[in-house]
Amino acid sequence: METKKAIISVKNLVKKYDDFVAVQDLSFDVYENEIFGLLGPNGAGKTTTLEIIETLRAKTSGEIIVDGFSVDKQAHEIKQIIGVQLQAAGYYPNLNLIELIELFAGLYGANIKPMEMLEKVNLQDKAKAKYKALSGGQKQRFSIATTLINQPKIIFLDEPTTGLDPQARRNLWDLITEIRSNGTTVVITTHYMDEAEQLCDRVAFVERGQIIALDTPDNLIDKLVSSGFERKKEVKKANLEDVFINLTGKEWRE
Amino acid sequence: MNDNNINAQPDREELNSGMKKENINRISGYSNTKATLALAKASFRSIIRSPSAVVFTLAFPLIFILVFGFLGGGGTHIDIGISPGSDLKNPVIVMLEKTGMIRLVKDKSKKDFAKLLEKGNVDAMIDVHRKVNSVAYSVNVVYTSASMDKGNILKSVLNNLFYDKNLKPSIAEIKESTIHGREYKTIDFILPGQLGFSLLSTGVFGTAFVFLSLRQTLVIKRFFATPVKRSSIVIGEGIARIGFALIGALFIIVLGNLFFGFTLVHGAITVVNMLVLATLGVIVFMGFGFIISGIAKNESMVPPISNIVTLPQFLLSGTFFSIEAFPKWLQPISRALPLTYLNDAMRKVAFEGLNLWDVKFQIMILVIWGIGIYAVAVKVFKWE
Repeated sequence: METKKAIISVKNLVKKYDDFVAVQDLSFDVYENEIFGLLGPNGAGKTTTLEIIETLRAKTSGEIIVDGFSVDKQAHEIKQIIGVQLQAAGYYPNLNLIELIELFAGLYGANIKPMEMLEKVNLQDKAKAKYKALSGGQKQRFSIATTLINQPKIIFLDEPTTGLDPQARRNLWDLITEIRSNGTTVVITTHYMDEAEQLCDRVAFVERGQIIALDTPDNLIDKLVSSGFERKKEVKKANLEDVFINLTGKEWRE
Repeated sequence: MNDNNINAQPDREELNSGMKKENINRISGYSNTKATLALAKASFRSIIRSPSAVVFTLAFPLIFILVFGFLGGGGTHIDIGISPGSDLKNPVIVMLEKTGMIRLVKDKSKKDFAKLLEKGNVDAMIDVHRKVNSVAYSVNVVYTSASMDKGNILKSVLNNLFYDKNLKPSIAEIKESTIHGREYKTIDFILPGQLGFSLLSTGVFGTAFVFLSLRQTLVIKRFFATPVKRSSIVIGEGIARIGFALIGALFIIVLGNLFFGFTLVHGAITVVNMLVLATLGVIVFMGFGFIISGIAKNESMVPPISNIVTLPQFLLSGTFFSIEAFPKWLQPISRALPLTYLNDAMRKVAFEGLNLWDVKFQIMILVIWGIGIYAVAVKVFKWE
């Protein structure tokens, strides 16, 4: 990304739970209109960091500015310009997708046509289905649809592709790229490095509540290679996932 | 499905242009009312599609009404008012006092008795005095059409007395008459009780389950990522629950009136008064639900805790039997429960035709309960 204007700025973020320090002295910027990846093992503090930026969790100390708004005083303003997909969040029981979108439109105070939202994530055929009846990939796409209702400047996706099959995963990548190309900044967490490499403009590695590396995937790989790192096995021109996709086809199976 | 995916490419252009257009139309003002109503609508849709809500609010009360409607009242006793100025030492009253199923009501003015008689709260009135220039007594009995079945029992009791060998010399005559009163049917007692129970269960169980599950499935957390206020979530849920409870109440009242002859003294006005009471009742009972959703660790803990709240009220608040039928030591407990006052107010409004101001005492007790419950609910309710 050529534009280097920071839309999210995190400075010296600390989060303590009693004796446990989940996030210690974390600082980073997310630039406007980039796809920013937060990577790291489970329990590293990725979700905690996201939820503090999303104003869902209080921080212990530090400063966070989201599009000029401070998380301390302008949580309400921030909520209006962000879209949030939570890890494993459920939806109101007994409602179909259209009704859920209507509900969120009301919660955001947005004037949208529910069917158009579903079309954006290719779920128009499931308009009358219940959330529970959707497949894993459909659930994630629906979650992403709910984050787009208020036409947010930034969306946060917490492990959106965990548990999905390769086709659904690739399809979600397309959707995320599409959303970014419409001018939305995307912050994403993932455990899949191929995904981060494909999707993210820049990634931050989080370990024990601290950022241990932050750069473009390319630069990070180059740095490692220049330090003399070599893979044990010769890299082939395709990997097993390419074989999978080649054999089973690119279409979704939902 | 597959076709759509292959064709996803051309849609992208539409998506782009669509989004840009919408960005221009971004709405700047945020409406809490709109958010609250959206939640109320969603919640109401969810409630009417949830089988347990429908069963608890409508099916259970209707089944009880059916069963008791056909069963009729058991455990008969006859309340007889003794006219002021009656000679209490006379053998007739002494004899009546010894009869197990007869309860004598004393120390009320003639005016009070007339009212009670009309409503069927006392089944008859008796006036005994010595005949002038005679050792014999004259017995004057007034029955009421509001309670003719019990009047008839009394009639035969009195006839027995009249022909009793020991008493016969002292009774000269029995004069009988009947005043016209409103007929108090079993349904008039059972229906308000069932209505109260329905409001109690929908308020307690419904609220507890919904808030616990919204919390556990992170639905509320997702809501918090939107600009919605916490109060909107509670009020929206409340509107839906009250709306559903009132529809249920109306359904029960109308059905009771049409098929079982449930008495509505002032017709539609009575129904409106009952619905106002129902609203107050649900709000109070929802408070219990908020507390339970806060203290329950998981869904399987909701029914036992809810039953601790609902069962005693179900049994002791005059849902099936009049509180007066309970042993003396149990009655103070009954009189401490909120449902007792809701049932009481409902019956007074429906059958006696009182207005809401006349039942202000019952309303006051409910309000006090409400304040107490919500004070606790604010402390123990959990959002996350």
